[in-house]
Amino acid sequence: MAETKTVKRVKAHIVPKKPAPTPDEPPVLSVQNLHTSFITDSGEVRAVNGVSFDLYKGKILGVVGESGSGKSVTAYSILQILDQNGRIVEGDIVFRDKSLLSYSQKEMDAFRGNKCSIIFQDPMTSLNPVFTVGYQLREALQLHTKYKTKQQATERAVQLLEMVGVNEPDKRLRQYPFELSGGMRQRVMIAMALACEPDILIADEPTTALDVTIQAQILELMKDLQEELGMAIILVTHDLGVIATMCDEIIVMYGGRVCERGTAEDIFYRPCHEYTKGLLKSLPNTDNMKERLVPISGTPINLLNMPEGCAFCPRCENAMKICLTEQPEELLMPDGHYAACWMNVKEAMDT
Amino acid sequence: MNTVNFNSEYLVEVEDLKMYFPVKTGFFKTVPLKAVDGVSFNIRPGETLGLVGESGCGKTTVGRTLLRLYEPTGGTFRFKGEEVTAKNIGALRKEMQMVFQDPYSSLNPRMTVEDIIGEPLDVHKLYNSKEERHEKVLHLMELVGLNAEHATRYAHEFSGGQRQRIGIARSLAVDPSFIVCDEPVSALDVSIQAQVINMFEELQDKLGVTYLFIAHDLLVVHHISDRIAVMYLGRIVEIADADELNENPIHPYTLSLLSAVCVPDPVKAKANKRIILEGDVPSPLNMPSGCPFRTRCRYATEQCAQEAPSLTDRGNEHLVACWNK
Repeated sequence: MAETKTVKRVKAHIVPKKPAPTPDEPPVLSVQNLHTSFITDSGEVRAVNGVSFDLYKGKILGVVGESGSGKSVTAYSILQILDQNGRIVEGDIVFRDKSLLSYSQKEMDAFRGNKCSIIFQDPMTSLNPVFTVGYQLREALQLHTKYKTKQQATERAVQLLEMVGVNEPDKRLRQYPFELSGGMRQRVMIAMALACEPDILIADEPTTALDVTIQAQILELMKDLQEELGMAIILVTHDLGVIATMCDEIIVMYGGRVCERGTAEDIFYRPCHEYTKGLLKSLPNTDNMKERLVPISGTPINLLNMPEGCAFCPRCENAMKICLTEQPEELLMPDGHYAACWMNVKEAMDT
Repeated sequence: MNTVNFNSEYLVEVEDLKMYFPVKTGFFKTVPLKAVDGVSFNIRPGETLGLVGESGCGKTTVGRTLLRLYEPTGGTFRFKGEEVTAKNIGALRKEMQMVFQDPYSSLNPRMTVEDIIGEPLDVHKLYNSKEERHEKVLHLMELVGLNAEHATRYAHEFSGGQRQRIGIARSLAVDPSFIVCDEPVSALDVSIQAQVINMFEELQDKLGVTYLFIAHDLLVVHHISDRIAVMYLGRIVEIADADELNENPIHPYTLSLLSAVCVPDPVKAKANKRIILEGDVPSPLNMPSGCPFRTRCRYATEQCAQEAPSLTDRGNEHLVACWNK
């Protein structure tokens, strides 16, 4: 990480919020200034506050943040599978030039599964406990793919289970989710999501419940499948190691806002947001084994009680007056990535 | 308090620990599931031994068996030179405690924080008056970085990191010299993980406690441990100094385990040549003969199928159980 020290920021200039430079083809999915809120008894919870990003074919976009940062809600907003009390209050989600918000119920049903599928965080609550694994896998296959008969679907289900590394797939198909270990259940979920070979795969903490060697297998598998099928992946996770291994583009989220966005190298070697910097320092890494970790003090944000200014301000060591009252805009850093932190403005003014 | 007044060099001595669970496979047929199959290790006072392995390898069972939450099938466990049996475990639990993985389900939702932390004091009758109990609880809360005002609250009012602090305060209540930490940070947020890891290290410096730190995150284990033991299917395959193990792993399983770690550094992560293991972990009900790892090992030979290798010293307290490496 020696590079972090040597890179000297020259200046930061304010530009309007704009996604990263565009390759030739249009993005598969474009999220524009998304605001998602939940109406609860204790008030409106603004889980996502103005998130924008473009997702390109064959790319892996990493969304990283801790619990309550709004990363999962962003993913759920895309599929419109929010809880009853949740709604998208502002912004738009565009899939292949058409707004998903204008889709009818039927179109949305076809979109989920066929075009975009999701791997959930918690494999226990996302599998139905009263049906066998085989029934649930076949259901997805028969509904969305060419494997219409029970026999075809069963054969395909066995293939899928083998693909995700489930041992004795024939036996597993007859078992209920409670009979499987957590890791095994998650692999069934992944098999289910990959069943329809979607254009976009949203992976919400896909490997959090898995062991390292299995995680390595699954990540490898996701990469292989992505190259094969050319699908785009949104990888939502809190694990910076997984992000570093997998992603081309990274978004760092905190308190429902984007703190920083850029390539993996930008985020890991030249972090420009106080939160990203803190996060990287708090991780055990190969080169800080003998030192005490530097944790971020305080506790994660309470979304019901959001600060007026920067969401990270209450935990930030370098917070200034302006951080308390004004939300920082995303700024273009000299190396071409974006960060929303007042410190950058201060540094630019100092030099 | 944690004065060492026993003769052995080690605080914890585990020898050939076995824990089999009976599993019904038919109406009359019961097969032993060998969760832990002959595990031996020692821990020095004030040391942290990290225990890593994949889920189902028996690492949690080892921790639980040591505290006699399960009655072991075989083997011995000596604590401060004294053999731990079903008879004396009640008293010894004052010396040995456990921190559980899930800070949500391991705290009673109907009890206030003061009662949760005070319960071990009640059980072992460690106070004379209510005031003394209150005082002790407040001291413990301060030790783990909780405010005194939190004492009257219930567990659900806290975040994951704070709950884990409550769990740690509870385990420290009886002033133990040995704590089994069963995945204490895996349920926590990244930014909170570092706080809790630091707290474990600070408590060790302050109180001189000995940890058996069970976890699956190898970077976390490497950071906190002095020595690391790697388990596979109920056996320890390699045990060595933490740095030595990371720089110079010998057992083929350790090699692939270390190569599977996702380092939070894109250049290193992408340059990392993964040794992806083929196949699956065999079912512990149907263990392969000889070395348990041989079915996935690329160096496996005839000998591996016939006889299980035992841990042998490769110098510098680096023990490896492998015929070929």
